[in-house]
Amino acid sequence: MEFLLNRYRNITVLLVVLFAQLVLLAYQVKTNKDVPLIRVWAVSTVTPVEQGLEFVRRHTIGVVWDYFVLIHVKEKNDQLQHQLDQLKLENHFLRTQLSTAERAKELSVFQSETPSKTLAARVIGNGTGSNSKTVFVDRGSSSGVEAGMAVITPDGIVGKVVSAYPTASLIMLVTDPSFGAGVVSQKNHVHGTLRGQGSPKCRVDYIQNEEKVENGEWFFTAGDDRIFPRGFPVGQVASVHNGRSAKEIELTPSGIQGGLEEILIVTEGVHEPIPTTPVVTQTQKLLSPPTDVTATDPQAATATLTTDADKLRQEYQHVAQDENFKYGIASPKPPDFTKVGKDQQPAVKPAPAVPPAAGATATPNNGTPNQPSRPAPVNGQATTQNPASGQPAVRPPTATLGTSAQPPAIHTGVANAAEKPPASTAKPTATATQDKPRPRPPALVTDPTDADPDSEALIERVQRVQSKPPAVSETRSAEIASPPPSAPPKPKTPDATKTTTSAKPVNTTKPATATGTSPASGSKPRP
Amino acid sequence: MTEFSESLLSDSLRKKKGARLRPAGLILVPLVAILFQVYVPRFIPQLSYLDLPLLITVYFALSGRSPIASVFYGAAIGLAQDSLSHQPIGLFGIVKTLVGYFAASVSLRFDVENPFITFVLSLFFFFFHQFLYWVLTRALLGQSVGFDAQQTAIFGLLNAAVALPLFRVLDKLKVTV
Repeated sequence: MEFLLNRYRNITVLLVVLFAQLVLLAYQVKTNKDVPLIRVWAVSTVTPVEQGLEFVRRHTIGVVWDYFVLIHVKEKNDQLQHQLDQLKLENHFLRTQLSTAERAKELSVFQSETPSKTLAARVIGNGTGSNSKTVFVDRGSSSGVEAGMAVITPDGIVGKVVSAYPTASLIMLVTDPSFGAGVVSQKNHVHGTLRGQGSPKCRVDYIQNEEKVENGEWFFTAGDDRIFPRGFPVGQVASVHNGRSAKEIELTPSGIQGGLEEILIVTEGVHEPIPTTPVVTQTQKLLSPPTDVTATDPQAATATLTTDADKLRQEYQHVAQDENFKYGIASPKPPDFTKVGKDQQPAVKPAPAVPPAAGATATPNNGTPNQPSRPAPVNGQATTQNPASGQPAVRPPTATLGTSAQPPAIHTGVANAAEKPPASTAKPTATATQDKPRPRPPALVTDPTDADPDSEALIERVQRVQSKPPAVSETRSAEIASPPPSAPPKPKTPDATKTTTSAKPVNTTKPATATGTSPASGSKPRP
Repeated sequence: MTEFSESLLSDSLRKKKGARLRPAGLILVPLVAILFQVYVPRFIPQLSYLDLPLLITVYFALSGRSPIASVFYGAAIGLAQDSLSHQPIGLFGIVKTLVGYFAASVSLRFDVENPFITFVLSLFFFFFHQFLYWVLTRALLGQSVGFDAQQTAIFGLLNAAVALPLFRVLDKLKVTV
């Protein structure tokens, strides 16, 4: 053995070393574990030296290297600066293109949304004159432009056409000192006259000091100047304070704030309602209004009757049809209204005590049952809580350019109702509903006490109402005052006249005739 | 036997003179070689082909002419390399152990002072080292690593070319016993 070891010592040592390393390797592979001791030793030995080398390199070779690198810095800097300039130019060009495309898209969307017929045009130059604020656009009389037409953008009104040439038109901006337009405030519907001042801001004249106008309040076109259709935004109040005889109101016109490039010339204007909601900005796209199926399909209109007033009206129509009676025509014998509610549901049966959102009855229509409403406001006003205050903007009754300057009654009623508490909204009498729309009492739909006529809450309410008669509407008084307070109220036949008055859609204004201008495409007759 | 063959097979001058590397050099030289391999390619990636630990192992084996010492030396350098790698410890150790042993065995028969012999041995051991490492990686670890013989041959030539001046420099560090 000793002989063998001496003779084959080298190979023996080799085999032993190899075997040891193989065992070490096999152990690591088998157990999937590392041998940290050897690694720690190796790393602890190598890395300090490596750190020292790195330190030396950084302070010696690094400095020298940086020096040589800096030789070419200026040349490279110039090259990069040149490249940056080119990219800036390219970026500016692309941004301009993108902005133009976005504006064109917004303009197109607005053009399709608004009921007025408009003609897109591009500003091609400014008019001369030291104080005049006029621009030229690339549409003229050959495109149908006439002097006196309104010029708008999706943000608001811009001005009006003062001269129409064959290939171009001269537009007087709202900031021109000779510009004037009728405007109305959003909240209180205060009418005034917009005047340009030659400065970026305009003023609103002829508003009495007693009127209420707030800072930041929006003004809209009133539609009484025969130029601008009603309902286009004009601007926001920048400052307001009382003057000698009238308020001094400065307005920031919204239509020309973002610079003028593309505008719309209103060739056929249609009045629109004054929105009760804040004016949406351009970045918020309006949804398309729902299809007005009831305007064309009477069956669909019947199918969509959802409110108590609608049902009641339908029942009275059935009774009148059964007896060949026509409303509005003098007849010796009135129809037998006692039949109302006998063959069908009780006419004034209170609405079921379901949550307002459970059915369509929860949606207030403010007396315009078949009227298509605009999309819900962006800020999400509660339209299901108070039909008077939270109703969306409703298309006004027919009113075209050149018609009465008096705004449609529904707007005044809605706006006033929106400003007043619900208790006061129930005050208007039956006669007042003829010219001033009255929102339906919310209790008809949402008051859970109406669901159960025998409820104690209703009895208490009757007693309270009797002590304060003006606080309730006439309809409600007629409805709840009939049964004796002591006895449980029963569903009864309502007073036909009063109930009809109150349940009738409040907006009975007939479509106004278009005078001079085209018929209002956006105006729809009331059923 | 010709004169050329006699010159190849004659004893080395280093053997005759009893030259030996300083003890500090035995530690510092492999340490510098390993540092070179882990540090320099960061800045000069083209030098990553240079396997200085292998060349140092070959140099010690050829100049030391002691198979046992070369086995331990090669194993130590290989294990140090393994420790700084992500592979299991032992692969480089086994390969460099064998390289040291065979290099030391060869040095007993050839005149390793001859540049040609040095070049050929360096080329051969580099190829042997790479091939053995590839075999062990596949056999012991089960990894499917490719082996590019042409690239290995080129790198072997480059390493052999570097080995000639390197060995001369290392000869300067020796002291005569």
